[in-house]
Amino acid sequence: MAGFNGMKVRVKFFAILRERAGTSAATKELADGDTVADLWRELQKDYPKLDVPGIRMLYAVNQNYVNLDQPLKDQDEVVFIPPVSGG
Amino acid sequence: MFRVTHQPIDLQKLVDYVTDPEAGAIATFIGTTRNNNEGRKVIALDYEAYAEMAEKELARIGADAAKNWPICRMAILHRLGPVQIGEASVVIAVSSAHRDAAFAASRFAIEEIKKTVPIWKKEVFEGGEVWIGTQTGQRLPDR
Repeated sequence: MAGFNGMKVRVKFFAILRERAGTSAATKELADGDTVADLWRELQKDYPKLDVPGIRMLYAVNQNYVNLDQPLKDQDEVVFIPPVSGG
Repeated sequence: MFRVTHQPIDLQKLVDYVTDPEAGAIATFIGTTRNNNEGRKVIALDYEAYAEMAEKELARIGADAAKNWPICRMAILHRLGPVQIGEASVVIAVSSAHRDAAFAASRFAIEEIKKTVPIWKKEVFEGGEVWIGTQTGQRLPDR
């Protein structure tokens, strides 16, 4: 029998995404090999209002910027970063 | 010192932090909240951060500044939560042997903060509120 080939990642939502998700954190089960892009697609199903049309997002895994095609690992902390506006 | 804080920022604390016997200059930059933006009358600003990563990015900016210019010490403090009009939202202090490096490094730091540090500003204005930047897109970090 094949073992459990999945993983769980932790997602944090901030700013406009936090408001659109209606929560500041979530955990999500994914399949091995799933990427940041796959996670984003899955999250849209849970939070239909999450996508903000017309904005450029950045992606962070374990507090480092990554690309959308970054594969995820079990227990990764993933954050979708809408346009930053500090200063 | 590269931190985010919910407390009002004490400029003198940053100046004290970067004071160095080797330094002949200290440059400070204070970002303050303005009462108007794009024709809107701003009532208040509310800052939110992915705090752990924001502090990491601030430290990365400090390390890059030290690579680019001969600075002695640097400190950046960014305020979070509601910030009233006229108050400091961010303070940068840099010391260096000669003034050019301190000016250049502080300029570099504020520009980088606006590009890569995961901090967001919600503007509360007369008649509504908006997350700044959500209509304009953003630049990728230069790395």
